[in-house]
Amino acid sequence: MAAIDYSEKIPNNVNLASDRTLQRALEHWQPNYLKWWSEMGPDGSTDFDVYLRTAVSVDPSGWAHFDHVKMPDYRWGIFLTPTDADRAIHFGEHLGEPAWQDVPGEHRANLRRIIVTQGDTEPASVEQQRHLGLTCPSQYDLRNLFQVNVEEGRHLWAMVYLLHRYFGRDGREEAEALLERRSGDANNPRILGAFNEKTPDWLSFFMFTYFTDRDGKFQLCALAESGFDPLARTTKFMLTEEAHHMFVGESGVSRIIQRTCDAMHELATDDVAKLRAAGVIDLPTIQRYLNFHFSVTIDLFGADQSSNAATFYSAGLKGRFEEGKRADDHRLHGQTYKVLEIADGRLGEREVPMLNALNEVLRDDYIKDSIGGVNRWNKVIEKAGIPFRLAVPHKAFNRKIGTLANARVSPDGRVVSEAEWNAHVRDWLPTAEDRAFVASLMGRVVAPGKFANWIAPPLAGINKQPVDFAYVRFN
Amino acid sequence: MSTDPRVDYRTEPSRYRHWKLACDGPIATLTMDIAEDGGIRDGYKLKLNSYDLGVDIELSDALQRIRFEHPEVRSVIVTSGKDRIFCSGANIFMLGLSTHAWKVNFCKFTNETRNGMEDASRHSGLKFIAAVNGACAGGGYELALACDEIWLIDDRSSTVALPEVPLLGVLPGTGGLTRVTDKRHVRHDLADVFCTVTEGIRGQRAKDWRLVDEIVRPAEFAAAVRRRAEALAAGSDRPAGAAGVALTPLARRDDDAGYRYEHVDVAIDRAARTATFTVRAPAAPQPADVAGIEAAGARWWPLALARELDDAILTMRTNELAIGTWLFRTEGDIDAVLAVDATLARHAQHWLVRETVGFLRRTLARLDVSSRTLFALVDRGSCFAGTLLELALAADRTYMLRLPDAPATEPTMAASALNFGAYPMVNGQTRLARRFYDDAAQIAAVERTQGTRLATSEADRLGLVTSAPDDLDWDDEIRLALEERSSMSPDALTGMEANLRFGGRETMETRIFGRLSAWQNWIFIRPNAVGDKGALKVYGKGGKAQFDFQRV
Repeated sequence: MAAIDYSEKIPNNVNLASDRTLQRALEHWQPNYLKWWSEMGPDGSTDFDVYLRTAVSVDPSGWAHFDHVKMPDYRWGIFLTPTDADRAIHFGEHLGEPAWQDVPGEHRANLRRIIVTQGDTEPASVEQQRHLGLTCPSQYDLRNLFQVNVEEGRHLWAMVYLLHRYFGRDGREEAEALLERRSGDANNPRILGAFNEKTPDWLSFFMFTYFTDRDGKFQLCALAESGFDPLARTTKFMLTEEAHHMFVGESGVSRIIQRTCDAMHELATDDVAKLRAAGVIDLPTIQRYLNFHFSVTIDLFGADQSSNAATFYSAGLKGRFEEGKRADDHRLHGQTYKVLEIADGRLGEREVPMLNALNEVLRDDYIKDSIGGVNRWNKVIEKAGIPFRLAVPHKAFNRKIGTLANARVSPDGRVVSEAEWNAHVRDWLPTAEDRAFVASLMGRVVAPGKFANWIAPPLAGINKQPVDFAYVRFN
Repeated sequence: MSTDPRVDYRTEPSRYRHWKLACDGPIATLTMDIAEDGGIRDGYKLKLNSYDLGVDIELSDALQRIRFEHPEVRSVIVTSGKDRIFCSGANIFMLGLSTHAWKVNFCKFTNETRNGMEDASRHSGLKFIAAVNGACAGGGYELALACDEIWLIDDRSSTVALPEVPLLGVLPGTGGLTRVTDKRHVRHDLADVFCTVTEGIRGQRAKDWRLVDEIVRPAEFAAAVRRRAEALAAGSDRPAGAAGVALTPLARRDDDAGYRYEHVDVAIDRAARTATFTVRAPAAPQPADVAGIEAAGARWWPLALARELDDAILTMRTNELAIGTWLFRTEGDIDAVLAVDATLARHAQHWLVRETVGFLRRTLARLDVSSRTLFALVDRGSCFAGTLLELALAADRTYMLRLPDAPATEPTMAASALNFGAYPMVNGQTRLARRFYDDAAQIAAVERTQGTRLATSEADRLGLVTSAPDDLDWDDEIRLALEERSSMSPDALTGMEANLRFGGRETMETRIFGRLSAWQNWIFIRPNAVGDKGALKVYGKGGKAQFDFQRV
């Protein structure tokens, strides 16, 4: 086999050049990854030169290196936040013991499951978004899409690194399987339901990156607390990139709202039909998209009472959000937490053991965090003097997992009859007409500095470049 | 859930909460869609298609409905109504909350139900195909193992798994370990790997290791399973045009002293910790031809008897734990019993007769594995003949009354053709062959007496009775035997009886009821499983099992 300069081809801080096990695994996996990228990565983008940020080291100066590159040549790297030799496990039954540098045999199956489930979402979102480049509203947005895509690809690498390095033959097989499943393919689906849904338009994309990538952030934060040190360090570094994805989502939705508010002023109307005729997305439609993405995403945290959640925590595999900043005993025995339930036709709360409710704890932390961006979107509307406010729907709305699965609850948290649900579902969730309308707006705008009519330009460009910079060279 | 702490095994499809039975021509589909809140006891939720006794009672009933009410059905698809989950096995929280006796009884009944599926495949022309359309673990895979074939959806996620050892510190005790080796012939070293990986095995490897028969992509899965079910159906001799027999609600009167059916009466003596099962011969003439049998349906004596006796055994086993000795008595006309046996033998090929004999066979087999002392009392007015003679042959001891002063009025027994092959035990032997260790001469000596009444001395000479006290000794002999028996350790008696009842040869079923169950029941009482920090107790609550690592 020809010698490969791994540090050049695969930037890393894991001593890849001297790790035979890892080299053997990657020599086989990397060509399959590139094949997957060419088949399932961004449609028709192979020859584009894209102004991308590449992580070349974990130093503050190294993880944001900008240049025009062809995406297949992107240097997907393997980075772990630098090790802290004294790190101890800080929650669960192993509290106070040194963090594990290898997979403890007794936790192999659960760690493998956690890593495979997380890893599967990364290529899934690339697949979900692969056609969006054909309808981009600007070069700036196209570049951001591609940035998100290559970083999801790198996150896949990060999970594959863990599988290859720590899980032997089984890990290599699981790494292959990550390239073989396909989002939305009924014969060969991705593991989690939300990652088999379509991302058909850019409003969906921005909502996805705001809400669903924020789920990714919370999962990664919980894993960054793990007693399995390589997982903690890997996910910690991934979080630096996840922040950008949420920025893309939040600013994208914000710019759509800005453009809509501008049009409402210009036309002096809040009439949906007139606004749609003017080619902007009315605020009620944005609210319905928000309802959909929010509710689908909070399902990703899992059942409100879960034995796996309890096991993962007690075993020291997955902590809570900001575990280290919490002032409690970090074992949680005998503690309780309130979860929702429907009793006698109304929503109420019930105390259950905290350890079993940790999915709910993480979900509630997520909800608090996600409301922040919605408030910032409302600032845009408020500034425009328009008496409309967006809101996240009630936690019990449109749920498919856990105690509330398939309960009929309105966005404002009332248990409603099947009849009332059917009468209002068109006001609460995007209709086929809504989706068709949003789809009708999607046309490709790629001239530098030009933006589609339904979205406002950003306030600033990428890496201090101007907004009309040539972010993508189409060659 | 019912407030009556007693478990009732009687149900019917309109009352099912967990299963759907759909019959479409020669193919029945049994769909498991377990109601989370439908546990038979409080304190746990039946998540992820996990089951408890209530779920299995419905499955057992559904199988009976297929056998009797749907003679046109030739193959059965067992599948799940849940998305991406086939069945996750017995509910662990239920096991964690249950008493030892509840767990053992639950496992026994589920074992019997799964054996019953294989019995139907062997004898009734019913073939089972497990359409594993999602994750399949523990008891879920054991249910699949009881089917003739296992087809696994190949979606790159769904696995088959037996995670009991690594996850719960117990065994796959519903036949899992035994069927993996004896039935599916999974190589023992691969089985060792399979039984210790929590996540299970999927796709091609599952097929390569013989854990499943076929793997099929999701889009083609339902159609492929259907085609296979049709092919399996084609090999069956179940009748296409026959009308089924409705299993009408089973009438039973419960009172403090027992359970009363039309042909079976169970009288409980709580002070003595005994129950007397009295089985009555048909009081009215029974049909001798097929048309008459079909017309009688569930009222036909042998079928009614099987249903009543089966329900009585299950009810007593589950609800009357302290009643350690069961006495079997019979009442009625020996000739009436022999006449029914002649009908059963003459029309053995008719589907309804075959099913009825099968039902009796499985019911008698339940008796063999019941953890109760079984004594048969052959006294005045009894009718231990043919099918009912099996009750005496199943007993640990048989007492027969001798009347030296009035030999003409002595009770008699009689063998029929059905004692020589229709009712094998789960070890494959008839009870007579078990009794005589396959000694051809001794069996033939009984066979030659078929249809003739055997008085006490003759029955004794042939080796059919344990003891033959005369009328002066009878009451004291029986009283002493029962009192002595009742004073002994129930655990030791259970173990002794199970060993003595199954001497000689082993089959997969005896290995399940013997080797597998015995190990499982031992593990079930060990602190490593059920101590405060035992694996079963801490499962799902986030605690870590604490093991005593000393090998025993």
